[in-house]
Amino acid sequence: MSLLSRRKFLKISGATIGTAAVASTLTSCFKPHHDSWSENPDDDKIEIIPTYCSICFWKCGVLGYVRNGKLWKLEGNPSDPLSNGRLCPRGTGGVGAHYDPDRLKSPLIRVSERGEEKWKEVTWDEALNFIADKMKKIKSEYGPQSLAFFSHGPGGTFLKHTFNAFGMKNIYAPSFAQCRGPREVGFELTFGEIIGSPERTDIENTRCMALIGSHLGENMHNSQVQEFSKAIENGASIIVVDPRFSIAAGKAKYYLPIKPGTDIALLLAWMNVLVTEGIYDKDYVSRNGYGFEQFASYIQQFTPEWAYPETGIEPELIRVSARELAKNKPASFVHPGRHTTWYGDDAQRSRAIALLNALLGNWNHRGAFFVPMKMSIPKYPYPEYPAMEYDKADNPNKKFPFVDESEGVTNGVREATITGKPYPIKAWFTYATNLIQTMPNHQETLRAIQNLDLLVVVDVIPSELAGYADVVLPETVYLERWDEMNTAPFKVPFVGIRQPVVKAPDDQKENWWIAKKLAEKLGLGHYYPWKNIEEYLRYRIESAGYNWDEFKKKGIIRGNKEPIYIEEGVPEEFLTASGKVEFYSTTLEELGFDPIPKYTKHETAAPGYFRLLFGRAPVHTFSMTQTNRILSDMMDENEVWINVDIANKYGMKTGDYIRLKNQDGVISNKVKVKATERIRTDCVYMVHGFGHTAKGLKGTYMKGASDSGLITKYVVDPLMGGTGMNMNFVTFEVEV
Amino acid sequence: MARYAMVIDTKKCVGCMDCVIACKTENNVPEGFNRDWITYETIGKNPDLHMEIRSERCNHCDNPPCVYTCPTGASHIHEPGGTILVTAEKCIGCKACIASCPYDARFVHPDGYVSKCTFCIHRVEKGELPACVSVCPTYCMHFGDLEDAESEVSKLLQSRKYHTLLPEAGTKPQIFYLT
Repeated sequence: MSLLSRRKFLKISGATIGTAAVASTLTSCFKPHHDSWSENPDDDKIEIIPTYCSICFWKCGVLGYVRNGKLWKLEGNPSDPLSNGRLCPRGTGGVGAHYDPDRLKSPLIRVSERGEEKWKEVTWDEALNFIADKMKKIKSEYGPQSLAFFSHGPGGTFLKHTFNAFGMKNIYAPSFAQCRGPREVGFELTFGEIIGSPERTDIENTRCMALIGSHLGENMHNSQVQEFSKAIENGASIIVVDPRFSIAAGKAKYYLPIKPGTDIALLLAWMNVLVTEGIYDKDYVSRNGYGFEQFASYIQQFTPEWAYPETGIEPELIRVSARELAKNKPASFVHPGRHTTWYGDDAQRSRAIALLNALLGNWNHRGAFFVPMKMSIPKYPYPEYPAMEYDKADNPNKKFPFVDESEGVTNGVREATITGKPYPIKAWFTYATNLIQTMPNHQETLRAIQNLDLLVVVDVIPSELAGYADVVLPETVYLERWDEMNTAPFKVPFVGIRQPVVKAPDDQKENWWIAKKLAEKLGLGHYYPWKNIEEYLRYRIESAGYNWDEFKKKGIIRGNKEPIYIEEGVPEEFLTASGKVEFYSTTLEELGFDPIPKYTKHETAAPGYFRLLFGRAPVHTFSMTQTNRILSDMMDENEVWINVDIANKYGMKTGDYIRLKNQDGVISNKVKVKATERIRTDCVYMVHGFGHTAKGLKGTYMKGASDSGLITKYVVDPLMGGTGMNMNFVTFEVEV
Repeated sequence: MARYAMVIDTKKCVGCMDCVIACKTENNVPEGFNRDWITYETIGKNPDLHMEIRSERCNHCDNPPCVYTCPTGASHIHEPGGTILVTAEKCIGCKACIASCPYDARFVHPDGYVSKCTFCIHRVEKGELPACVSVCPTYCMHFGDLEDAESEVSKLLQSRKYHTLLPEAGTKPQIFYLT
């Protein structure tokens, strides 16, 4: 049968085939080469260009395949130590970021009220002139301290440079106070070192790993998931502590379905078992411990029987899981987690996790933690930045003593923007972060925005935050640009290139170009002695003694393998105040904090309410990827997980749409019920990042519910300023 | 003769859908359609639960009803390997194969022919692995020749417990799930 007659047949019988409607939508999806597609690529022209991924913060090495001039597929770069040649689902689906029909196409200037999402398209020259003029005016009226920049990911490097040159040091990243901060503080106070990113956990070689609320396999931190699978293959014991029967829980030898908010009670009881049964690493503790006697006497009271009514975990299960950790030491560990801003006592919870690891004597031991190695690439010799003789606005009088100043307290600067104290903040610039979905309490973010004379959003899609911006600058997606190289610390030192695989489809620009042009408009052109970014990157790579052309061709340069474990010769040393592992922290005591972590009962749900928990799906990153049509094809809305008995009680079943109402009366967008055995009866769970309300995000507008919209209440961690966000309770509005 | 098969370790699979996405980009599968998918099966009562996660697709059956029902010969057994393929040019879109497949593995492509997993035969015949197998971040998928007793898939089936899907349908599926 010829092709023509087959098509004719289909036309006649088209109604029964029922695909006509689908076909008509294909023009708007990721059909790069639909017309000329053949299953076998042999006859096509294929180019393979290495770069590194930016669909999350893991930054895996990528090989971009271009077929007949169009982006075809993305694979992991086999020489990349992060991906080992295998990207995660989001990385593989990064193709959809390039073809996303909802992308920003040209610079925009707002023409109506903030939030109405009405703009006019302008040229880059007009947009940057507008921004530069406003910046100069604000600086002359309020000083350079009144402008703040929020950035996520490596792409912010050049904008930071321009802003530093302008005299700005109010520079922030939500990755501290809304994410990793508590963990870094807890570990640094105990061992003198942070965990960092990628995490320094040696899952691959472990004999036993405990995950507390950390849902590996759903959070697709590529190397960790790969190592998790190897640990399972090696027969390692997995212990999972989670109110929800996560994917990881399905792989666990021991599953502890903990009552939310009681993790510190469990950690204290685990440590009680290790100490009272004498199964901790005694030699290690006597050699390296500081204040162990006080700690050991304090821990006596926290028996598994004490913890049972708090956590809901049977004492025997607490004991056997603690013994499993002890039995496998030092190749056993409690994972420090990543998103750790839960209840406001998170730095102390992280410290309890660190102390438990200390009892296992596992710091920098194979099968627990390794010493990360970083490639040393010389910096580009820029002129000195102007003196900035003011304190950042986020943390006046060092109210929070343990803040990483390079990332700062985003909620602190938001507060300063609302109150004008310690000084007024009049401009916000954001790069690749949608602060409305990122930060708890939308209303506070909106109140802060109303006090601004200038809000500039640099992004690839028109996010909720962009809807409030005075100027929106469309950046190219990571597959279309040169960018800062990746020198993340890992098991082997390496450097990865970010270079364009394909051209940007419209008038989007690379962030280095935007930053350099803005600097020129601000009279700071001399801070960019290089003509283009290739010249900058080449200078740095050649100064490190590597070949630029080879770097471009291979995408990854690996350094020499160095010792990363005590077993390989790493010295046993601790960079704490005492030079020891601090079971008792005099540093904390002097500042008026608990020297040993204390368990505090947190507020529990009122009758008819359920604690709102949130987490990740393997196919999306934050609120950034929902318009990617490949990823939305995998998951286009989130569900609210409700225990099946509770769902039955309220007459809800899987697939029903309901709304959630929180304790402050905030009502969510409609969201699908997932009635499941896989969650406790006192909480509900959603994947973060859905429930978009920005009209320009056509592919995801009003699909699913926004967890962050329901997070009106948060508790601030007194040690480091992080926002504990698991403090909200919801009830069900069944009639939609 | 070769007999291609897939052996998938449900102990390692995390259900991340990387296999689904890699297939989509490799084979240009249109929006709204997938050639493979994930099934999560949970049994028990909270908190005593057991979960099996499976990456599923056409089972490339040894006794393929889709081939027998196809009126034009579009659905056929491709040798060597015994892979079930559809010749788009011969397909009239009658959907008899879709009705006969107990695994719901087939769909009508918007261009009007029936489409499904090909075991990435265009890759396999060049000595590469199917896209889903080569992308899997948990290394839970294995592909090879069951006629070769020394192949990885043969050895896994000799040493591990496994099951297939709907064996009672008599289709002799060639995708095996390690448990």
